[in-house]
Amino acid sequence: MKIEQASVAKSNPVYAEALVNWLYQLADDELVIGHRDSEWLGMCPDIEGDVAFSSIAQDEVGHANFYFTLLHELGEKDPDALAFSRPANSRRNALLLEHENHDWAYSVVRHMFYDLWDELRLKAFSDSSYFPLSRGAARMLREEYYHSLHMTTWFVQLGSAGGEAKEKMNAAIRKIWPDLGDLFYIDQEKMLLQFGIIQESSASMKEKWEEQIKGLVQKAGLTWPGPVPGVQMNGRLGEHSDDLKRLIETMGEVYTLDPAAKW
Amino acid sequence: MNQELLEILQEVKDPEIPTVSVVEMGMINRVTREDDTIFVEMIPTFVGCPALDMIRQNVQDELKQKTGAKKVEVEYTFHPPWTSERITREGWEKLREFGIASPGQKHTDIPSCPYCGADEGDVENIFGPAACRAIYYCRKCHQPYEGMKKI
Repeated sequence: MKIEQASVAKSNPVYAEALVNWLYQLADDELVIGHRDSEWLGMCPDIEGDVAFSSIAQDEVGHANFYFTLLHELGEKDPDALAFSRPANSRRNALLLEHENHDWAYSVVRHMFYDLWDELRLKAFSDSSYFPLSRGAARMLREEYYHSLHMTTWFVQLGSAGGEAKEKMNAAIRKIWPDLGDLFYIDQEKMLLQFGIIQESSASMKEKWEEQIKGLVQKAGLTWPGPVPGVQMNGRLGEHSDDLKRLIETMGEVYTLDPAAKW
Repeated sequence: MNQELLEILQEVKDPEIPTVSVVEMGMINRVTREDDTIFVEMIPTFVGCPALDMIRQNVQDELKQKTGAKKVEVEYTFHPPWTSERITREGWEKLREFGIASPGQKHTDIPSCPYCGADEGDVENIFGPAACRAIYYCRKCHQPYEGMKKI
Protein backbone atom coordinates (compact mmCIF):
# COMPACT_ATOMS: atom_id res chain seq x y z
CA MET A 1 0.00 0.00 0.00
CA LYS A 2 1.27 3.46 -0.91
CA ILE A 3 -0.57 6.60 0.05
CA GLU A 4 0.18 9.68 -2.03
CA GLN A 5 -2.19 12.26 -0.58
CA ALA A 6 -3.23 13.54 2.83
CA SER A 7 -6.89 13.26 1.76
CA VAL A 8 -6.48 9.52 1.14
CA ALA A 9 -4.75 9.03 4.51
CA LYS A 10 -7.62 10.88 6.21
CA SER A 11 -10.19 8.53 4.70
CA ASN A 12 -8.76 5.77 6.91
CA PRO A 13 -9.11 7.18 10.46
CA VAL A 14 -7.05 4.48 12.18
CA TYR A 15 -4.17 4.98 9.73
CA ALA A 16 -4.41 8.76 10.00
CA GLU A 17 -4.35 8.66 13.79
CA ALA A 18 -1.20 6.52 13.90
CA LEU A 19 0.46 8.73 11.30
CA VAL A 20 -0.42 11.99 13.09
CA ASN A 21 0.83 10.60 16.37
CA TRP A 22 4.12 9.57 14.75
CA LEU A 23 4.62 12.93 13.04
CA TYR A 24 4.28 14.72 16.39
CA GLN A 25 7.03 12.54 17.87
CA LEU A 26 9.34 13.41 14.96
CA ALA A 27 8.48 17.11 14.78
CA ASP A 28 8.81 17.74 18.50
CA ASP A 29 12.22 16.03 18.68
CA GLU A 30 13.59 18.17 15.86
CA LEU A 31 12.10 21.43 17.11
CA VAL A 32 13.37 21.05 20.66
CA ILE A 33 16.92 19.99 19.77
CA GLY A 34 17.00 22.66 17.03
CA HIS A 35 16.11 25.30 19.60
CA ARG A 36 18.81 24.08 22.00
CA ASP A 37 21.32 24.20 19.11
CA SER A 38 20.40 27.79 18.39
CA GLU A 39 21.23 28.71 21.99
CA TRP A 40 24.89 28.01 21.24
CA LEU A 41 25.04 30.90 18.78
CA GLY A 42 27.88 33.19 19.87
CA MET A 43 28.82 30.88 22.76
CA CYS A 44 30.78 28.06 21.10
CA PRO A 45 34.46 27.43 21.89
CA ASP A 46 35.42 28.41 18.33
CA ILE A 47 33.86 30.30 15.45
CA GLU A 48 33.62 27.15 13.31
CA GLY A 49 31.53 25.52 16.02
CA ASP A 50 29.32 28.59 16.09
CA VAL A 51 28.66 28.49 12.35
CA ALA A 52 28.11 24.74 12.49
CA PHE A 53 25.56 24.88 15.31
CA SER A 54 23.68 27.68 13.53
CA SER A 55 23.48 25.61 10.33
CA ILE A 56 22.47 22.50 12.23
CA ALA A 57 19.82 24.46 14.18
CA GLN A 58 18.44 25.78 10.89
CA ASP A 59 18.30 22.26 9.46
CA GLU A 60 16.60 20.74 12.52
CA VAL A 61 13.99 23.49 12.81
CA GLY A 62 13.47 23.18 9.05
CA HIS A 63 12.81 19.47 9.48
CA ALA A 64 10.36 20.22 12.30
CA ASN A 65 8.60 22.64 9.96
CA PHE A 66 8.44 19.91 7.30
CA TYR A 67 6.74 17.50 9.73
CA PHE A 68 4.41 20.24 11.03
CA THR A 69 3.42 21.01 7.43
CA LEU A 70 2.52 17.35 6.88
CA LEU A 71 0.45 17.50 10.09
CA HIS A 72 -1.33 20.61 8.86
CA GLU A 73 -2.19 18.81 5.59
CA LEU A 74 -3.71 16.07 7.73
CA GLY A 75 -6.03 18.56 9.45
CA GLU A 76 -3.93 19.73 12.42
CA LYS A 77 -3.31 23.44 13.16
CA ASP A 78 -0.85 25.51 11.14
CA PRO A 79 2.90 24.94 11.70
CA ASP A 80 3.47 28.09 13.79
CA ALA A 81 0.64 27.25 16.15
CA LEU A 82 1.90 23.67 16.47
CA ALA A 83 5.43 24.86 17.21
CA PHE A 84 4.68 27.69 19.61
CA SER A 85 1.35 27.31 21.32
CA ARG A 86 1.03 23.74 22.51
CA PRO A 87 1.41 23.15 26.26
CA ALA A 88 4.26 20.97 27.51
CA ASN A 89 2.02 18.00 28.32
CA SER A 90 0.99 17.65 24.67
CA ARG A 91 4.59 17.60 23.38
CA ARG A 92 5.99 14.23 22.29
CA ASN A 93 9.75 14.86 22.23
CA ALA A 94 12.21 12.63 24.10
CA LEU A 95 13.19 13.99 27.52
CA LEU A 96 16.91 14.09 26.78
CA LEU A 97 16.45 16.66 24.01
CA GLU A 98 14.65 19.25 26.14
CA HIS A 99 17.31 19.55 28.84
CA GLU A 100 19.46 22.65 28.98
CA ASN A 101 22.76 22.63 27.12
CA HIS A 102 24.90 22.40 30.26
CA ASP A 103 28.45 22.43 28.90
CA TRP A 104 30.07 21.79 25.51
CA ALA A 105 30.76 18.12 26.29
CA TYR A 106 27.12 17.50 27.20
CA SER A 107 25.91 19.19 24.00
CA VAL A 108 28.30 17.25 21.77
CA VAL A 109 27.52 13.88 23.37
CA ARG A 110 23.77 14.47 23.35
CA HIS A 111 23.75 15.62 19.74
CA MET A 112 25.79 12.70 18.50
CA PHE A 113 23.61 10.24 20.40
CA TYR A 114 20.52 11.85 18.88
CA ASP A 115 21.94 12.17 15.34
CA LEU A 116 22.76 8.49 15.10
CA TRP A 117 19.28 7.61 16.36
CA ASP A 118 17.66 10.08 13.95
CA GLU A 119 19.55 8.57 11.02
CA LEU A 120 18.36 5.06 11.87
CA ARG A 121 14.83 6.37 12.30
CA LEU A 122 14.87 8.22 8.95
CA LYS A 123 16.03 5.04 7.25
CA ALA A 124 13.17 3.16 8.91
CA PHE A 125 10.65 5.33 7.07
CA SER A 126 12.53 6.07 3.86
CA ASP A 127 10.24 3.51 2.19
CA SER A 128 7.16 4.46 4.22
CA SER A 129 3.64 3.70 3.04
CA TYR A 130 3.00 7.45 3.37
CA PHE A 131 4.73 8.85 0.32
CA PRO A 132 5.01 12.50 1.46
CA LEU A 133 6.95 11.24 4.50
CA SER A 134 9.33 8.92 2.62
CA ARG A 135 10.16 11.71 0.14
CA GLY A 136 11.18 13.99 2.99
CA ALA A 137 13.27 11.22 4.59
CA ALA A 138 15.38 10.86 1.45
CA ARG A 139 16.18 14.57 1.50
CA MET A 140 16.77 14.85 5.25
CA LEU A 141 19.12 11.87 5.36
CA ARG A 142 21.43 13.74 3.00
CA GLU A 143 21.53 16.65 5.45
CA GLU A 144 21.91 14.54 8.60
CA TYR A 145 25.09 13.02 7.19
CA TYR A 146 26.92 16.29 7.87
CA HIS A 147 25.51 16.65 11.38
CA SER A 148 26.76 13.25 12.51
CA LEU A 149 30.09 13.80 10.72
CA HIS A 150 30.59 17.03 12.68
CA MET A 151 29.50 15.58 16.02
CA THR A 152 31.46 12.33 15.79
CA THR A 153 34.58 14.35 14.89
CA TRP A 154 34.20 16.42 18.09
CA PHE A 155 33.30 13.35 20.14
CA VAL A 156 36.40 11.39 19.13
CA GLN A 157 38.71 14.43 19.36
CA LEU A 158 37.62 15.46 22.84
CA GLY A 159 37.79 11.90 24.12
CA SER A 160 41.20 11.24 22.60
CA ALA A 161 42.57 14.54 23.93
CA GLY A 162 42.66 13.05 27.45
CA GLY A 163 42.87 15.24 30.58
CA GLU A 164 40.01 17.55 31.43
CA ALA A 165 38.33 17.07 28.04
CA LYS A 166 38.11 13.32 28.55
CA GLU A 167 36.83 13.73 32.12
CA LYS A 168 34.10 16.09 30.97
CA MET A 169 33.09 13.76 28.15
CA ASN A 170 32.83 10.79 30.50
CA ALA A 171 30.84 12.91 32.95
CA ALA A 172 28.50 13.99 30.12
CA ILE A 173 27.91 10.37 29.07
CA ARG A 174 27.10 9.40 32.67
CA LYS A 175 24.71 12.35 33.03
CA ILE A 176 22.90 11.54 29.77
CA TRP A 177 22.65 7.78 30.25
CA PRO A 178 19.66 7.65 32.68
CA ASP A 179 17.68 9.97 30.33
CA LEU A 180 18.01 7.78 27.25
CA GLY A 181 15.06 5.44 27.77
CA ASP A 182 12.24 7.23 25.96
CA LEU A 183 14.44 8.28 23.02
CA PHE A 184 14.02 4.74 21.69
CA TYR A 185 10.35 4.46 22.64
CA ILE A 186 7.90 4.71 19.74
CA ASP A 187 4.32 5.35 20.73
CA GLN A 188 1.82 3.15 18.81
CA GLU A 189 4.73 1.24 17.31
CA LYS A 190 2.73 -1.89 16.49
CA MET A 191 0.24 0.09 14.46
CA LEU A 192 3.00 1.99 12.63
CA LEU A 193 4.73 -1.24 11.64
CA GLN A 194 1.47 -2.87 10.65
CA PHE A 195 0.58 0.03 8.34
CA GLY A 196 4.11 0.18 6.94
CA ILE A 197 4.48 3.80 8.07
CA ILE A 198 7.78 2.62 9.54
CA GLN A 199 9.56 -0.55 8.52
CA GLU A 200 11.91 -1.36 11.35
CA SER A 201 11.16 -1.96 15.02
CA SER A 202 12.56 0.26 17.76
CA ALA A 203 14.23 -2.81 19.32
CA SER A 204 16.16 -3.53 16.14
CA MET A 205 17.15 0.13 15.68
CA LYS A 206 18.22 0.39 19.33
CA GLU A 207 20.48 -2.63 18.88
CA LYS A 208 22.18 -0.96 15.88
CA TRP A 209 22.46 2.31 17.82
CA GLU A 210 24.20 0.60 20.75
CA GLU A 211 26.63 -1.11 18.43
CA GLN A 212 27.54 2.17 16.68
CA ILE A 213 27.86 4.14 19.92
CA LYS A 214 29.93 1.40 21.55
CA GLY A 215 32.37 1.59 18.62
CA LEU A 216 32.66 5.37 18.91
CA VAL A 217 33.05 5.33 22.70
CA GLN A 218 35.87 2.85 22.27
CA LYS A 219 37.49 4.85 19.47
CA ALA A 220 37.41 7.98 21.63
CA GLY A 221 38.93 6.10 24.59
CA LEU A 222 35.87 6.82 26.76
CA THR A 223 33.98 4.60 29.20
CA TRP A 224 30.86 2.64 28.27
CA PRO A 225 28.44 3.02 31.20
CA GLY A 226 26.74 -0.37 30.80
CA PRO A 227 23.29 -1.39 29.56
CA VAL A 228 21.00 1.34 28.26
CA PRO A 229 18.23 1.82 30.85
CA GLY A 230 14.54 1.33 30.10
CA VAL A 231 11.95 4.10 30.06
CA GLN A 232 11.51 6.04 33.31
CA MET A 233 9.62 9.26 32.57
CA ASN A 234 8.19 9.14 29.05
CA GLY A 235 8.31 12.30 26.97
CA ARG A 236 6.56 10.46 24.12
CA LEU A 237 3.48 10.34 26.35
CA GLY A 238 3.67 13.99 27.37
CA GLU A 239 5.70 13.60 30.58
CA HIS A 240 8.25 16.39 30.73
CA SER A 241 10.62 18.33 32.97
CA ASP A 242 10.42 22.03 33.81
CA ASP A 243 13.22 22.57 31.27
CA LEU A 244 10.67 22.08 28.50
CA LYS A 245 8.23 24.57 30.01
CA ARG A 246 10.95 27.21 30.10
CA LEU A 247 12.05 26.33 26.57
CA ILE A 248 8.50 26.75 25.22
CA GLU A 249 8.15 30.11 27.00
CA THR A 250 11.42 31.41 25.56
CA MET A 251 10.84 30.04 22.07
CA GLY A 252 7.30 31.38 21.89
CA GLU A 253 7.98 34.76 23.52
CA VAL A 254 7.61 36.76 20.33
CA TYR A 255 4.86 34.61 18.82
CA THR A 256 2.62 34.90 21.88
CA LEU A 257 2.86 38.72 21.87
CA ASP A 258 0.50 38.62 18.89
CA PRO A 259 -0.23 35.21 17.36
CA ALA A 260 -2.13 36.79 14.44
CA ALA A 261 0.73 39.12 13.41
CA LYS A 262 2.21 38.68 9.95
CA TRP A 263 6.00 38.76 9.94
CA MET B 1 8.92 21.97 -19.92
CA ASN B 2 8.11 25.29 -21.48
CA GLN B 3 11.46 26.57 -22.85
CA GLU B 4 10.28 30.15 -23.17
CA LEU B 5 9.26 30.28 -19.50
CA LEU B 6 12.46 28.54 -18.48
CA GLU B 7 14.41 31.27 -20.27
CA ILE B 8 12.55 33.93 -18.27
CA LEU B 9 13.34 32.09 -15.03
CA GLN B 10 17.06 32.47 -15.83
CA GLU B 11 16.54 36.02 -14.53
CA VAL B 12 15.56 34.79 -11.06
CA LYS B 13 18.76 34.36 -9.09
CA ASP B 14 19.62 32.41 -5.96
CA PRO B 15 19.29 35.07 -3.21
CA GLU B 16 22.55 33.90 -1.62
CA ILE B 17 24.55 33.53 -4.86
CA PRO B 18 23.33 36.37 -7.09
CA THR B 19 25.14 35.25 -10.25
CA VAL B 20 23.45 31.84 -10.46
CA SER B 21 19.82 31.39 -11.51
CA VAL B 22 17.28 29.05 -9.96
CA VAL B 23 17.30 27.16 -13.28
CA GLU B 24 21.08 26.66 -13.14
CA MET B 25 20.78 25.56 -9.49
CA GLY B 26 18.51 22.75 -10.70
CA MET B 27 15.60 23.99 -8.61
CA ILE B 28 12.97 23.98 -11.37
CA ASN B 29 11.29 20.63 -11.80
CA ARG B 30 8.41 21.67 -14.02
CA VAL B 31 6.98 24.85 -15.53
CA THR B 32 3.80 24.85 -17.58
CA ARG B 33 1.24 27.38 -18.77
CA GLU B 34 -2.47 27.02 -19.21
CA ASP B 35 -4.18 30.21 -20.47
CA ASP B 36 -3.58 32.88 -17.83
CA THR B 37 -2.07 30.58 -15.22
CA ILE B 38 1.52 29.44 -14.94
CA PHE B 39 2.34 26.51 -12.73
CA VAL B 40 5.89 26.09 -11.41
CA GLU B 41 7.08 23.06 -9.46
CA MET B 42 10.31 23.76 -7.58
CA ILE B 43 12.73 21.66 -5.54
CA PRO B 44 14.21 23.25 -2.40
CA THR B 45 17.94 22.72 -2.00
CA PHE B 46 17.59 22.23 1.78
CA VAL B 47 14.47 21.34 3.75
CA GLY B 48 14.98 24.30 6.08
CA CYS B 49 16.14 26.82 3.47
CA PRO B 50 15.04 30.23 4.78
CA ALA B 51 14.98 31.77 1.29
CA LEU B 52 12.11 29.68 -0.09
CA ASP B 53 9.38 32.30 0.39
CA MET B 54 11.60 34.97 -1.13
CA ILE B 55 12.37 32.78 -4.14
CA ARG B 56 8.69 31.99 -4.61
CA GLN B 57 7.88 35.71 -4.64
CA ASN B 58 10.69 36.47 -7.10
CA VAL B 59 9.53 33.70 -9.46
CA GLN B 60 5.95 34.99 -9.33
CA ASP B 61 6.97 38.61 -9.92
CA GLU B 62 9.29 37.79 -12.82
CA LEU B 63 6.82 35.53 -14.64
CA LYS B 64 3.86 37.88 -14.17
CA GLN B 65 5.85 40.84 -15.39
CA LYS B 66 7.37 39.13 -18.46
CA THR B 67 4.38 37.08 -19.64
CA GLY B 68 1.35 39.01 -18.46
CA ALA B 69 0.01 35.86 -16.81
CA LYS B 70 -2.63 36.65 -14.20
CA LYS B 71 -1.73 33.86 -11.86
CA VAL B 72 1.55 32.12 -11.07
CA GLU B 73 1.39 29.14 -8.76
CA VAL B 74 4.65 27.98 -7.21
CA GLU B 75 4.72 24.67 -5.40
CA TYR B 76 7.69 23.08 -3.63
CA THR B 77 8.24 19.34 -3.83
CA PHE B 78 10.82 16.92 -2.41
CA HIS B 79 10.29 14.46 -5.22
CA PRO B 80 12.78 14.09 -6.78
CA PRO B 81 15.07 15.23 -3.93
CA TRP B 82 17.49 18.02 -4.79
CA THR B 83 21.11 16.88 -5.05
CA SER B 84 24.20 18.84 -6.01
CA GLU B 85 24.17 16.85 -9.27
CA ARG B 86 21.14 18.87 -10.39
CA ILE B 87 23.30 21.97 -10.85
CA THR B 88 23.86 22.59 -14.57
CA ARG B 89 27.27 22.93 -16.23
CA GLU B 90 26.75 26.70 -16.62
CA GLY B 91 25.75 26.75 -12.97
CA TRP B 92 29.03 25.18 -11.90
CA GLU B 93 31.03 27.62 -14.03
CA LYS B 94 29.27 30.60 -12.47
CA LEU B 95 29.69 29.16 -8.99
CA ARG B 96 33.43 28.85 -9.56
CA GLU B 97 33.60 32.43 -10.86
CA PHE B 98 31.84 33.46 -7.67
CA GLY B 99 34.57 31.66 -5.70
CA ILE B 100 32.62 28.52 -4.82
CA ALA B 101 34.24 25.20 -5.72
CA SER B 102 32.37 22.16 -7.05
CA PRO B 103 32.35 19.05 -4.86
CA GLY B 104 34.52 16.02 -5.59
CA GLN B 105 33.28 12.51 -6.30
CA LYS B 106 33.03 11.42 -2.68
CA HIS B 107 31.67 13.22 0.40
CA THR B 108 35.15 13.35 1.86
CA ASP B 109 36.95 14.66 -1.25
CA ILE B 110 38.33 18.16 -0.90
CA PRO B 111 37.42 20.23 -3.97
CA SER B 112 40.08 22.03 -6.01
CA CYS B 113 40.69 25.68 -5.18
CA PRO B 114 38.44 27.89 -7.38
CA TYR B 115 41.16 30.59 -7.51
CA CYS B 116 44.36 28.68 -8.41
CA GLY B 117 43.03 25.21 -9.22
CA ALA B 118 45.36 23.47 -6.73
CA ASP B 119 44.25 20.24 -5.09
CA GLU B 120 45.95 21.01 -1.81
CA GLY B 121 43.09 22.22 0.32
CA ASP B 122 42.21 21.55 3.96
CA VAL B 123 38.74 21.50 5.48
CA GLU B 124 38.23 24.58 7.63
CA ASN B 125 34.58 23.91 8.43
CA ILE B 126 32.05 21.53 6.90
CA PHE B 127 29.44 24.20 7.67
CA GLY B 128 29.71 27.46 5.77
CA PRO B 129 27.72 30.70 5.39
CA ALA B 130 24.79 28.71 3.96
CA ALA B 131 23.72 25.16 4.74
CA CYS B 132 24.79 23.97 1.28
CA ARG B 133 28.38 25.29 1.48
CA ALA B 134 31.55 24.25 3.33
CA ILE B 135 34.74 26.28 3.95
CA TYR B 136 38.22 25.15 2.85
CA TYR B 137 41.71 26.64 2.90
CA CYS B 138 44.10 26.43 -0.04
CA ARG B 139 47.64 25.58 1.04
CA LYS B 140 49.07 26.74 -2.31
CA CYS B 141 47.60 30.22 -2.77
CA HIS B 142 46.76 30.67 0.92
CA GLN B 143 43.16 31.64 0.33
CA PRO B 144 40.14 30.42 2.20
CA TYR B 145 37.46 29.27 -0.24
CA GLU B 146 33.96 27.90 -0.21
CA GLY B 147 32.72 24.70 -1.81
CA MET B 148 29.26 23.34 -2.52
CA LYS B 149 28.70 20.26 -0.42
CA LYS B 150 28.08 17.00 -2.14
CA ILE B 151 24.48 16.46 -1.14
